[in-house]
Amino acid sequence: MLQASPRVALFVTCLVDLHRPTVGFAAIRLLEQAGCQVEVPRAQTCCGQPAYNSGDRDTARDLALGILEAFGGYDYIVVPSGSCGGMLRHHLPTLFEDDPNLRARAEALAARTYELVSFLTDVMGLERVAGAASGTVTYHDSCSGLRELGIKAQPRRLLEALGVTVKEMADPDVCCGFGGTFCVKYPEISTRMVSDKSADIAATGAETVLAGDLGCLLNIAGRLKREGSAVKVRHVAEVLAGMTGAVPPIGEAG
Amino acid sequence: MSAETDAGRATILGAIRRHLHRGPLPEDQAAMLRARLAAHPRHLIPARSRLPRAGQVALFIANVEKEFGSVARLPDASAVPAAIADYLAQQNLPSEFVVAPHPELQAIPWAERPLLKLRTGRAEASDLVSLQQGFAAIAETGTLMLPSAPERPTTVNLLADTALVLLRASRIVGAYEEAWDLLRAERIDAMTGGFMPRNVMLVTGPSRSADIEQTLELGAHGPRRLHILLLDDDEEARAAPDAAAPGISAP
Amino acid sequence: MLSTSPAFKENARKAINDAGLQKALARTKPQFHGKRAKAVAGLPEFERLRDIGRDIKNHTLAHLDFYLETWAANVERAGGQVHWCASADDARAAVLGICERVGARTVTKGKSMISEELGINEHLEQHGITPVETDLGEYILQLRHEPPSHIIGPAFHLNREDWEESFRRAHTDLPADRVFHERRDILTEARAKLRARFLAADVGITGANFLIAETGSSVIVTNEGNGDLTQTLPRVHIVLASLEKMVPTLEDATNMLRLLARSATGQDFSVYTTFSTGVRREGDLDGPEEYHVVLLDNGRSAMLGTEFQDMLRCIRCAACMNHCPVYNVVGGHAYGSVYPGPMGAVLTPTLIGVDQAGNLPNASTFCGRCESVCPVKIPLPKMMRHWREREFERHLTPATVRTNLALWGFVARRPGLYRLVTRIGAGALGWLGRRRGRLSRLPFAGGWTAGRDLPAPEGDTFFARYAREQRGKGGRA
Repeated sequence: MLQASPRVALFVTCLVDLHRPTVGFAAIRLLEQAGCQVEVPRAQTCCGQPAYNSGDRDTARDLALGILEAFGGYDYIVVPSGSCGGMLRHHLPTLFEDDPNLRARAEALAARTYELVSFLTDVMGLERVAGAASGTVTYHDSCSGLRELGIKAQPRRLLEALGVTVKEMADPDVCCGFGGTFCVKYPEISTRMVSDKSADIAATGAETVLAGDLGCLLNIAGRLKREGSAVKVRHVAEVLAGMTGAVPPIGEAG
Repeated sequence: MSAETDAGRATILGAIRRHLHRGPLPEDQAAMLRARLAAHPRHLIPARSRLPRAGQVALFIANVEKEFGSVARLPDASAVPAAIADYLAQQNLPSEFVVAPHPELQAIPWAERPLLKLRTGRAEASDLVSLQQGFAAIAETGTLMLPSAPERPTTVNLLADTALVLLRASRIVGAYEEAWDLLRAERIDAMTGGFMPRNVMLVTGPSRSADIEQTLELGAHGPRRLHILLLDDDEEARAAPDAAAPGISAP
Repeated sequence: MLSTSPAFKENARKAINDAGLQKALARTKPQFHGKRAKAVAGLPEFERLRDIGRDIKNHTLAHLDFYLETWAANVERAGGQVHWCASADDARAAVLGICERVGARTVTKGKSMISEELGINEHLEQHGITPVETDLGEYILQLRHEPPSHIIGPAFHLNREDWEESFRRAHTDLPADRVFHERRDILTEARAKLRARFLAADVGITGANFLIAETGSSVIVTNEGNGDLTQTLPRVHIVLASLEKMVPTLEDATNMLRLLARSATGQDFSVYTTFSTGVRREGDLDGPEEYHVVLLDNGRSAMLGTEFQDMLRCIRCAACMNHCPVYNVVGGHAYGSVYPGPMGAVLTPTLIGVDQAGNLPNASTFCGRCESVCPVKIPLPKMMRHWREREFERHLTPATVRTNLALWGFVARRPGLYRLVTRIGAGALGWLGRRRGRLSRLPFAGGWTAGRDLPAPEGDTFFARYAREQRGKGGRA
């Protein structure tokens, strides 16, 4: 079933593109190390979630059409985000309920779409990634990755295989309060949620908090830094790819 | 039925059908639904109560105790008066109680304990202790099934501070479905021709509330104590009276 | 109840700053989560029971007319009467009509969310009839003139001192030296007061967790036994039930009951699960002589055949709100509606309109925890999104949000333009935050920066860097 060297299209995600390109390069490195041929389709922008979750189906559908065009013909589409991955895998097809042809194309694309870390373990069968690391981290399960894509054990397994100690926080599966536009529509509630999260993180005593979604990470880092916390915040791909030297932790200067 | 509720009925049924995009069900479909009602198929029954008899009885007892009830195992009905007298003395309760007018309870040799003062009938607010007859019980969760009947008044389940229930071990079943089967097989309701009495209470432990600061307090409105007098009339269950129920640790 | 849903944001702000509420939330959150998890772990078949529960409810809803008619015939056979009420007004009139016909002065009440939805207490009071809530939580709220903040733990937001204060104020016969050191003391006082009420009531009103077509029964589930006293002692029993409570058989109800208590309170089974079928039988020594079911539609039939039909599976266990991170921060009153939390966010717009309740389906991060614990697998986030779509279609979405979305959509549809705009944006933000790696303040982002810093971007976009690297390699670009 598994080809020796599958052609993988990287869906960069708008936050990685805009905010933290290193995560994209970390994803490319991990995929190439796993034996994939990685390509980055130029004509990509956003998965459409901001529109989709605001009730604007027309815009979401237009963006989905662009995705169908740009990402046809690859063996897999890999996304360094559970949230955008969940959008492509579970929600994209629902935008074409009125058009069986497009719906079929969207379903075919959805079936080939994976979040980065679970792709490495579940599709490429990786037990470990190259390199070694040390230190103590705690892992926040981002909501879509956990509940839409079943990502829970995979990142922890790869981290532990690298030599990292994972210390669990209380309620790692509870939302950090980011929620896309939620954090700007309901800032007080969002702030309270992320404060609870940062307290749970601090209580572990871990040096670093990791997650697989940049949205959560920006939110968590923003709160930790506001509180003056020394806990470092990184995308899990940076650690797995051994690229922590390439960029300072999120919210910190180089 | 009044004209108003007739109109209400037509409005509601019409709205349901309109939104389901259909008229009244065609006869063949209605017949299938009637067949389903008649067959009342069981769904998945959890494995926890699929045990030999002794295990079911032990599971029942463990679950009653987990839910803050208590159980005394007695060899037969002749041991009931002494067991009740002992229990009431232990709990510092008066030896007066109301007894449901059930033949099984009336047949108990009460005269052997002349100090026990019984009143037969429904319970009143002034009753501190009551004795009910248990129709059946469900091991799955330590639950008593108490259907209302002239000989089993509902107030006896509710009004006294201390509720005693006489239960035969042979009437303990594994799952709720088996208790429904007993009710279906053994009861005919004179009013409806069906099997459901006016009221069936499934009782699991004494009354409680967690409304005050999410902290459990027993005896909210109903009984504060639920004590079950379990008659060991089941040969198979008696064979291994101390058999532990798998999966339930002692409270 | 008057809805304050439009003021959700303001309500939420107050809730976050309410020390008493936050103390109660901190106390309850671990209990909400831990107890259910433990009960579910104790029943390996739980996941399959959820699927079966979903299927039973779907089957019933698809044939709801048939099952309602079957059920009503069985109620009548058992000497009961069904009052078919399309609207809340019809239902209030039906309840009042029964109470007035029998000359009721006081009415005891078991816990019923339909009663809250209908505002039965206010309606009876206006007509000179005294309603008495008998669920402990509902009782204290009645003394305090407060609505419930949770559908099964209505007074969880109160602390012990609130109970004592209310009792001292309302129970005027209380001696001043009466102590309330323990929760037990509070319970004893409430029990004594309410026992007298149970005995004096002319009518008892309960809700219903389920209606059973096969037998014509209504089912209530309680731990206190108040519902049983309410429906056993008075001469008249009125059941308030909405039509989606229907299940076909006792076996179907049994499957739902295996899900209900575990999902709600983390008990394997509630203390009292009671099936009521008609009136006192010949020879019975107790039980009501009249049995009425006020069957309420109030917008529910209109959910059939729509994207909101799945919501009618709801069995009101409250697992969704117990596990909702937003509810866990703001509590129930902030929602300003009878039904709070995720299930309320879906149901409330059908009851009072999305123009009034639009905040509710928006105040969710779509974290999906509600759906993951729902005993009948209702896709709550999906339905909240459907409400947002209806809002957007009807131009109820705030103008600034629409404008921003339109601008963003215009750019995101055009990858070339998007590359340019993101390069400028990332570059500017990266430059602004270059010294500390983050920004503490930013125009137009006050919502974000009021409570947290904005981490600065690396500066270059991914695509700019990637294009450079590809050119450097002389490879594909």
